[in-house]
Amino acid sequence: MPVFSRHSIRFLLNDTLVETSAVGPGTTLLDFLRIDKRLTGSKEGCAEGDCGACTVLVGRLVDGEVAYESVNACIRFVASLDATHVVTIEHLSAPDGPLHPVQQAMVDEHSSQCGFCTPGFVMSLYQLWLTNPKPDDYALEKALQGNLCRCTGYAPIIRAGAAMGRTPPEAATDRLTAMRERAKAELERLADGARVDVEYEGGRSIVPDDLDDLAAVLEENPDATIVSGATDVGLWVTKDLRDISPAVFVRHLPEMHRIEETDEGVRLFGCVTYTEAFSVLSKRYDGFQRLLERFGGEQIRNMGTIGGNIANGSPIGDSPPTLIALDAELTLRKGAERRTIPLEDFFIDYGNQDRAPGEFVESVFVPALRADQRFAVYKISKRREEDISALCGAFNVTLDDAGTITAARIAFGGMAATPKRAKAVEAALIGKPLDLDTAEAAREAFETDYQPLSDWRASADYRLLAAKNLLTRFVMEKTGDEAVQIVRHRPALEEA
Amino acid sequence: MDKRNDDLPLKEAIEGGTHTPRQHDSAHKHVAGTADYTDDMMEPIGTLHACLGLSTIACGRILSVDLDPVRTAPGVVGVLTADDVPGLNDVSPTGKGDEPIFPRDRVDFHGQPLFAVVAETRGAARKAAKLAKIDYAEETPVIDVLDAGEDPRLVTDGMTLSRGDSEAAIEGAANRLSGTMRIGGQDHFYLEGQIAFAIPGEDRDMTVWSSTQHPSEVQHMVAQALDVPSNAVTIQVRRMGGAFGGKETQGNLFAVVTAIAARRFRRAVKIRPDRDDDMIATGKRHDFLCDYEVGFDETGRIEGVDFTYVARCGYSADLSGPVTDRALFHCDNAYYYPAVTAVSAPLFTNTVSNTAFRGFGGPQGLVGGERVIEEIAYALGKDTLEVRRANFYGETGSGRDVTPYYQTVEDNILDRITDELEASSDYQARRAEIVEFNRTSRVIKRGIALTPVKFGISFTATHFNQAGALVHVYTDGSVHLNHGGTEMGQGLNTKVAQVVAETFQIDLDHVKITATTTGKVPNTSATAASSGADLNGMAAQAAAETIRQRLMDFASDFYEVPEHQIEFLPNVVRIGNQRVAFAELVQEAYVARVQLSATGFYKTPKIHWDRDAGKGRPFFYFAYGASCSEVAIDTLTGEYHVERTDILHDCGHSLNPALDRGQIEGGFVQGMGWLTTEELWWDDKGRLRTHAPSTYKIPLASDRPKIFNVTLADWSKNREATVRRSKAVGEPPFMLAVSVFEAISHAVASVADYRECPRLDAPATPERVLMAVERLKASARETTENEASHVQS
Ligand code: FES
Ligand code: FES
Repeated sequence: MPVFSRHSIRFLLNDTLVETSAVGPGTTLLDFLRIDKRLTGSKEGCAEGDCGACTVLVGRLVDGEVAYESVNACIRFVASLDATHVVTIEHLSAPDGPLHPVQQAMVDEHSSQCGFCTPGFVMSLYQLWLTNPKPDDYALEKALQGNLCRCTGYAPIIRAGAAMGRTPPEAATDRLTAMRERAKAELERLADGARVDVEYEGGRSIVPDDLDDLAAVLEENPDATIVSGATDVGLWVTKDLRDISPAVFVRHLPEMHRIEETDEGVRLFGCVTYTEAFSVLSKRYDGFQRLLERFGGEQIRNMGTIGGNIANGSPIGDSPPTLIALDAELTLRKGAERRTIPLEDFFIDYGNQDRAPGEFVESVFVPALRADQRFAVYKISKRREEDISALCGAFNVTLDDAGTITAARIAFGGMAATPKRAKAVEAALIGKPLDLDTAEAAREAFETDYQPLSDWRASADYRLLAAKNLLTRFVMEKTGDEAVQIVRHRPALEEA
Repeated sequence: MDKRNDDLPLKEAIEGGTHTPRQHDSAHKHVAGTADYTDDMMEPIGTLHACLGLSTIACGRILSVDLDPVRTAPGVVGVLTADDVPGLNDVSPTGKGDEPIFPRDRVDFHGQPLFAVVAETRGAARKAAKLAKIDYAEETPVIDVLDAGEDPRLVTDGMTLSRGDSEAAIEGAANRLSGTMRIGGQDHFYLEGQIAFAIPGEDRDMTVWSSTQHPSEVQHMVAQALDVPSNAVTIQVRRMGGAFGGKETQGNLFAVVTAIAARRFRRAVKIRPDRDDDMIATGKRHDFLCDYEVGFDETGRIEGVDFTYVARCGYSADLSGPVTDRALFHCDNAYYYPAVTAVSAPLFTNTVSNTAFRGFGGPQGLVGGERVIEEIAYALGKDTLEVRRANFYGETGSGRDVTPYYQTVEDNILDRITDELEASSDYQARRAEIVEFNRTSRVIKRGIALTPVKFGISFTATHFNQAGALVHVYTDGSVHLNHGGTEMGQGLNTKVAQVVAETFQIDLDHVKITATTTGKVPNTSATAASSGADLNGMAAQAAAETIRQRLMDFASDFYEVPEHQIEFLPNVVRIGNQRVAFAELVQEAYVARVQLSATGFYKTPKIHWDRDAGKGRPFFYFAYGASCSEVAIDTLTGEYHVERTDILHDCGHSLNPALDRGQIEGGFVQGMGWLTTEELWWDDKGRLRTHAPSTYKIPLASDRPKIFNVTLADWSKNREATVRRSKAVGEPPFMLAVSVFEAISHAVASVADYRECPRLDAPATPERVLMAVERLKASARETTENEASHVQS
């Protein structure tokens, strides 16, 4: 628990220390950069985390080193940046100095046309370059999923990405590498163990110091908005113009980032990001890798958290159906009290979750798959990547020695008002062999389980038909060796 | 006089002349984040911010408007309604008077701007705008063209193109078929949204920084709304963050609103709508319903064809007249129709008024024409490429060289382009391999298609085909260049500067490109119709040539050397036996009181168009190209992926091969988005529900073809005397994406053994693909069952 409170937000912005009390809980980093700091290199293309024009890097201390990740400044709140290092396009090269290698590659390859998306692409490539200066096509595409360009058709940007590694990260060519030690020292100094509590123009932002402090803050302010990755809450502010005060920021808490792996399964704490979670899950559960590739863009995957994805109860979030099929358990905490419930019971109805005021999602436990279980998860969306699912289906069946299905857990997103199990389908499978005849016979049962809506993502007919076909795909995949999914980057997948 | 200076270094060629792959002039600033867009400009103290209040219904009368809650909201300085417009309350670009800035008594589409609120901050304005209380008497809106009924209302007159007796030709043909296709619209999704920033001056002057492709039109709109002469209004455009036609007329309203507010409150006023408001309140590519009927022979050759193109235009005309005209101009694409009738119907709907978008109706027209080819191929069991070839325009004088609008195709290179691409893409072998693959693959099916493009270049309104430029040479030899075109990312400024550098034979970095402003070059046309470099390049070249001629005259006089002995070499002028640095000659000319500034003007020759008769030569020339795409589809879900695309495109003698390649790659991917994942979806109340990148899906990096080979037809030179024999490149490549659409169709057709045209509507979303797969599978089953029962009986 913190010993004192601080009434300002402090972070390193490029090479300058910023300390401010003049931010509300809903002040976005992008507005702060562009309006307050006149750093106009980062652009606003959408203000909802979908175009990447606002991409900046945020570095924070992880295991004693500064780790940088790309984020969307348009939905990242300044109050969440305490004790971080924010790096913008303006930091890449000195005003009259030579261009940074990533920038130079973009110039050489004619990678900009109107140029409005360009700073965002440079920043996404830059983040990749820092850790993987010579990426292959697969890595490039994945790193750029959160960036839209309407002019170039991307080909020259990919070419720049392929060329940028000619100059690898070194202190002489990269200002960030050159200032690593300084950044680390600054961040260590800024993490002073205080609870941050800032009031500005009637809005209150609270940044607890640790997990217990969070529990305490929420007990004091049970109606506070809990801001984790802000990939949803950000839009409440930028689109719905909602007042989120008082807001409690939790994304930075190291205890909330824990991932505990045992033979029994994986425990993910609430602020584990999609990037972090999926990298662990994809090793243990089939199909996660592909889900990860299609889930959000890189910035969103870096920002969004498992806890947030669950807590907001979206019927179209992709992790809940997956975790329900895996029979995950949720641990909620209020003050010192904890309770654990099956994840599927958390989703009561549209917009209604089993979460009391002051309670927060502390962790989710995902049981390990047994040798007799077959699991897969499939996402279908209009655009293959960085699109919200029309439907997302997860299948988990247990087979006995004779190959008969003895248990089944199937859950879908996008098919009902909440992530929901397909119990009639499950029943139709149990006791049958895992084969195409069984799938064929079970198809009808989807109509008992789901009466999906028609909307802009898909019609009800399509959703139902595709759900049925996913069962077919599941059976084909688990029983045959023929390719039943389109794979863009086969080698990369085989490595994974 | 002895100024012989043979030591002057002589380069082989200037840096950055025409036909060299120079970087975009702002590339360095783009990557550094230092290229200023309108929202990045320094704001004067006291700058106010405006936000539009949008209607919440699609159609009805306005009963009452209560803006007091808006007016009294924190930070608000004032509100503007129709009553606050000093001049004319209209921004319709074609003078139809059907587009009020703010309507008084009725609403015609959901999201129509009804008022503006002006506040100290953008946030305050946005919050306040939500507080308006407006009562409506709602009426049933016409949202879809199919809702329009028997005698639909048009926003402007349709057009008919007719050559020969198509009815008789269809009747007399050995084979006939007819069908209908829906072709979706498209949001521009320029990354920089609409924006305008007005700064009031003394007297009644107004300067507006506007993200517009058409500064002169914005100038006229602002003048008309403020009730001042045009000479009191200056419009400036340094660069746009993308436009694609979406800023040809759609910027008018925003500019006008800031100007009215700036006049009223005597402060600088900026407006930058949120992305969602931008997508809801501004026009898009027209979606069409295309009906066709065709008669053809056994080889697949068309004998007669009829088309009707019905367009959803929205609530006002805007550019729907010329857009629907251009759909008809491209219903032939690359194909000769012995007899043809094509009719357009620009329909009124209670939706946002649709507008220009890259290709300007041409792509929709072309897609209808290509559907007919596809239909014929599947009906005859032939490869679509074979049917295309059978219908290509012939050589001039072949008797198969006249378009439906009576223009003779004089520069046909379709055969060469197609042959070369067919070979380089290995089309035949790959197609055979794909058909073989599909025989055994149960879930994944593949498809391939090779499609051509022929696109007419010129504004079809002949008088727009003019341009002006202004060139100054300063005494140090540096050049200041201004022209009427606008920079939206296409590299127009770079190309025009290359032309000027080439004309003077000086390195490109001596030519400074400056913001487009109505104060320097007046009465300009929109930068549109791919014409930017053709028109402005010629105008700038003319200005530069004027100055060069003056320098020539001066040198001849001053050095007493005949003109034919004077030559502009790279950065140096050879005058008789001596060489003089360009800057030195300029300095000497200045001292001798030679005018070193000139305007240039250009108008496209040869073109004329009689719309009522449907006859003329609307296009100066045609640009050609072809592409071959291969896709894989998943027949369980309808998802797909583009494996490979090969493109061969004709830019004439390219002014800048790097920039042209960028236009081809970018245009192709944008076209692919239009035909695949970009879907505009209105609900039954007429609300557009795909109004943000979360719901409206343009292509990503991972959607571009995995193998993407783009080649310029480097042997091509424009047969017409265009600027350095180049060809326009902005729009034509957009339509190369039809190959992806048809490759998907080919893959779908495999489930019914290629015996039925899948009749995919555009965009071919995974849903449409899956549904087409199901439809074809069902009809294939039926056929097999019928055949089986025949055998039995
Ligand atoms: S502005 Fe589009 S993601 Fe931030
Ligand atoms: S260069 Fe214009 S959006 Fe990317």
